Amino acid sequence: MDIFLQQLVNGLTIGSLYALVALGYTMVYGVMKLINFAHGDLVALSAFAGLTVYTNIFADGGTSIIAVITVFMFTAAIIAVVGVLLERLAYRPLRTAPRLSAVVSALGAGLVIQNAIMLIWGPNMKIFPSDLFPSTIWDINGVVVTFTQLMILGISSVLMIALYLFINKTKMGTAIRAVAIDQDAAKLMGINVNKIIMIIFVIGSALGAVAGLFIGIYYRGITFDMGWMYGLSAFVAAIIGGIGNIPGAMFGGLMLGLFNALISGYISSAWAETFTFILLIIVLIFRPTGILGEKVAEKV
Amino acid sequence: MVDHEILLEVKKLHVGYGAIKAIKGIDLFVKKGEVVTILGANGAGKTTTLRTISGLLKSTEGSILFDKGEITNTAAHDIVSLGMSHSPEGRKVFGTLSVEENLLMGAYTLKSHDAETLAWIYKILPRLKEREKQLAGTLSGGEQQMLAIGRAIMSKPKLLILDEPSLGLAPVLVKGIFKAIKEISENGVTVLIVEQNAKAALKLADRGYVLELGKITHEGSSEELLNSKVIQEAYLGKKK
Repeated sequence: MDIFLQQLVNGLTIGSLYALVALGYTMVYGVMKLINFAHGDLVALSAFAGLTVYTNIFADGGTSIIAVITVFMFTAAIIAVVGVLLERLAYRPLRTAPRLSAVVSALGAGLVIQNAIMLIWGPNMKIFPSDLFPSTIWDINGVVVTFTQLMILGISSVLMIALYLFINKTKMGTAIRAVAIDQDAAKLMGINVNKIIMIIFVIGSALGAVAGLFIGIYYRGITFDMGWMYGLSAFVAAIIGGIGNIPGAMFGGLMLGLFNALISGYISSAWAETFTFILLIIVLIFRPTGILGEKVAEKV
Repeated sequence: MVDHEILLEVKKLHVGYGAIKAIKGIDLFVKKGEVVTILGANGAGKTTTLRTISGLLKSTEGSILFDKGEITNTAAHDIVSLGMSHSPEGRKVFGTLSVEENLLMGAYTLKSHDAETLAWIYKILPRLKEREKQLAGTLSGGEQQMLAIGRAIMSKPKLLILDEPSLGLAPVLVKGIFKAIKEISENGVTVLIVEQNAKAALKLADRGYVLELGKITHEGSSEELLNSKVIQEAYLGKKK
């Protein structure tokens, strides 16, 4: 039972990170029908950029809560700008091209970002500082919960609830859903589709940036190619939840995190990835559009 | 209602899809307060004309003036804020948005939607009020068409463009739709309408144009067109 509860905590933590990253995939797919394969590399870039921001600006001043908030905000802003540039340079010129061209462009952009990280920060693993969060640990009847885990769970939940409300309850959010359904019809409502796509990239990249920083803080070791691994898991999570569907990405992320943690706890962490893809295949056999797959209600 | 001021003027408009020329130099105008219809067979270029006017397609030659300003190749979303609203062919309602959300999207360019306009839309299209919270995709074809029209007038346009509002609807519904359009026009909205139901369109309209293979072949008042032999044979189904 202890293992189960412990893996539950660990699984929800990593699941929240998958969910944050999965949201970036699913929002871009929802509006552009494009898998943004460079998204995982933005997550990695965020961890490295955050490391540089932290060590250069706050190294000697010690850690304060303001310093940590600044690192998060500043890094998220940088990655949001990179995300917008990515759309401008790699995707907008291919907006009307066949989707395969755009996917190839996405893969290429991912490689460019990955290699840029390697050129700037080097090919070796970097170690993230451990003093951003207090190292407080709670031991509740043998189940260990760290302060970092609580922060990851808390902040991810707040971000996801905020995103959900933004998408479903605001005019801009409704406009985003309208653009996802029919771009031409949205234009005829006076909606600037380019602006909406920019907002999507800002939000998706910023959420990915938060996840990237948390990955650095939680796992400590960061490598230039880690975006591929986390990106792929989050992409699988988005598909399991139903790509294009925002609650689906959240649900898929948490579910995949839990599933991975339980496999690691009861079988072996070496098998976690294998089982990830087995889960993906099983879900796709029974629910080809994902568990919360897009509602199909349109009449022609 | 009709005064002499011209609201929309299209001059020598050419539009092409790659090597194919769909519109080959058409001229037309719509005066303030008028209802004008464009008739023509499938593939004549009616929808292309409307999509170019509202900015979804780029013209290759010619100019479009709206409300005394040049709008040739202005982006579609900017044209909406100038006071033109286009209800596209095939309705194109946002299926997974509720009826209410669809209507609110129609008022996207306004700072806040106009409660009066919404109330008026619910009055002339009462079915929409009943289905307010329902997803638009679950509506019947006729209700979706009502929604498409309601959504288009939420922005309080000067010019309402309607592309085939009766397409695929049962005759009883068509009657209701045309009644609503008439009411909208009587409230001071200028209407440009493309219709395959030529008779109904001409009954509603002040003037009409006939488009054939990308060129305007006839134009005149609705009465002239209704009585013209050529039009009767080609579009009103009367035998020689």
